[in-house]
Amino acid sequence: MNNANNLSVFGKLSLGAGFAFLYLPIVVLVVYSFNASKLVTVWAGFSTHWYGELFRDEAVLSSLWLSLKIAFLASTMSVVLGTIAGLVLARFGPFRGKSLFAGMITAPMVMPEVITGLSMLLLFVQMQQWFGHPAERGVLTIWVGHVTLCMAYVTVVIRARLVEMDRSVEEAAMDLGARPLKIFFLITLPIIAPAIASGFLLAFTLSLDDLVITAFLSGPGSTTLPQLIFSRVRLGLNPEINALATITVLAVAVLVVSANRIMVRAERRRARLAAAAA
Amino acid sequence: MNMLESSVNQAAGAAAGAKPYLQIVDVVKKFGDNTVVDHINLNIARNEIFALLGSSGCGKSTLLRMLAGMETPSSGRIILDGEDITHLAPYERPINMMFQSYALFPHMSVAQNIAFGLKQDGLPRGEIAERVERMLELVQMKKYASRKPFQLSGGQQQRVALARSLAKRPKLLLLDEPLGALDKKLRQQTQLELVNMIEQVGVTCIMVTHDQEEAMTMAGRIGIMSDGQLLQVASPGEIYERPNCRFTAEFIGETNLFGGHVVEDEPDYVRIQSAELPRPVHIGHGITGTLGMPVWLSLRPERVGVSRQQPVGDGNWAAGTVHDIAYLGGFSIFHVRLPTGKVVKASVPATRWREEAAPTWDEPVFVSWADNDAVVLTQ
Repeated sequence: MNNANNLSVFGKLSLGAGFAFLYLPIVVLVVYSFNASKLVTVWAGFSTHWYGELFRDEAVLSSLWLSLKIAFLASTMSVVLGTIAGLVLARFGPFRGKSLFAGMITAPMVMPEVITGLSMLLLFVQMQQWFGHPAERGVLTIWVGHVTLCMAYVTVVIRARLVEMDRSVEEAAMDLGARPLKIFFLITLPIIAPAIASGFLLAFTLSLDDLVITAFLSGPGSTTLPQLIFSRVRLGLNPEINALATITVLAVAVLVVSANRIMVRAERRRARLAAAAA
Repeated sequence: MNMLESSVNQAAGAAAGAKPYLQIVDVVKKFGDNTVVDHINLNIARNEIFALLGSSGCGKSTLLRMLAGMETPSSGRIILDGEDITHLAPYERPINMMFQSYALFPHMSVAQNIAFGLKQDGLPRGEIAERVERMLELVQMKKYASRKPFQLSGGQQQRVALARSLAKRPKLLLLDEPLGALDKKLRQQTQLELVNMIEQVGVTCIMVTHDQEEAMTMAGRIGIMSDGQLLQVASPGEIYERPNCRFTAEFIGETNLFGGHVVEDEPDYVRIQSAELPRPVHIGHGITGTLGMPVWLSLRPERVGVSRQQPVGDGNWAAGTVHDIAYLGGFSIFHVRLPTGKVVKASVPATRWREEAAPTWDEPVFVSWADNDAVVLTQ
């Protein structure tokens, strides 16, 4: 890797501009979370007042809990369905309607979320009229909507991993006497586990910050965190939301850095052992 | 010649054995309109090491995959030890395969890899441990038992793959390009090691390879495949010395090929006239053919002598000039251009030039060979 000191003045300037563009808004957001004033845009001295306020705000806490719950359930379900769909697309040769199936699964990725949300809303309203179920919109309908969206991404990730995986490993297991279902659980699943994990994380973040689909599919008493923030913005912000955002940024940063650390360490260990074997 | 005769007898014995261990009966495999394996009939004796040799795309791998059960024949039958296995699933066959990429399970240790097949059979724990131990001993990988495949070198991975495919004591062992993933130097050393291990266990073995040296070193019998068909099945010596068709002669080793036709056909000798040679070639035995029939002559470079004196006799020699010399240490390949324009390759051992200096570029020389050195190919 090139030493950063080798950069020209122009290089340094553009690098600085790039970082500022990316991170300045977050820095401002973090700074103003420690604002004593009630107004976000007017600085009135340092205070942690709004952090205390945040933890006493029942509405924020319950919507955060709801968002986490939905994100966990939706990403779990999309990993299950996405793995099955990825397996079908990567392993089951050509079959009638395969391209239609592949297209339908990945459609939510390219379709505007407004359309996805609206069409699902219409479906649920129609279903309620026909068989009275789901009785009202709430956690269940949000969950279904999020699974539809997240599954598209998970399927793409897992299908890619399955396609690049050496099939002869599965054939070897079959040759050694394992039946197909057993091969999936003993061989395929452990090998694609990293792809499943990253699919899960991707789905989790997608679900956690989804606003559009949620807006169509939520009902009374099912307000997710993005919805709550969005509605408060309209009423006028206070630094409490900045405090919430700062905590979120911190949590994400800790997660990303530690995940990175673990991966780098595993990679180093791997390289060392491989070098020892050669 | 002795070695040649004994291997011919051995091959004949294997073919004429009372009951072949593995029978491949008229097997055909089509992918759409494309016939990949075309009416193959083959018998393999117990404990034989057999090599299917051919260039890529000749159908040898498909045939092997049909034996393993990964592909189903379009027609024909496969019978192993008296049992028709044509339609058994891979996990029901008493056959194990060593894959070209080794296909080791990356998330399992060496010992777990070897134990995998035994666990599928539901063997008791103690017996699995004992058999894994014995396999590790056989392939000399005991101290690597707890390593993961990515921590092993290519040669070590190959030995683990072999141990894994032998652990279940299969009735038939299949090797798909067993040494293809190793570099050349390691390959030569591993060939005989591999044969020793297979013979130690005493398992019937079919291997697929495109490397003739590998096939000739390791196998007792070789089947030459081209375009989905078996062209010749014989011992390595016989395939080299007595190819039965032009493809085999050209595919195995180097050879000089001359097109010609029979001009004298007697019970104990024939003469063949080729436009590429100045005088007829005398063959010291009769052939099944007719006068005037077009044939090919195959003459191995090591059978061709190079000399400055004109050879005696009226056939089996030609005058020419040295066109090129490839010096290879122990021997040199002389490319001698005949007046007809044909270039004859002669492989001459270095010891030939003790008494006199070796001929040099553009020097006039004679090439010659003995009565039975040229092989007549009628196909």
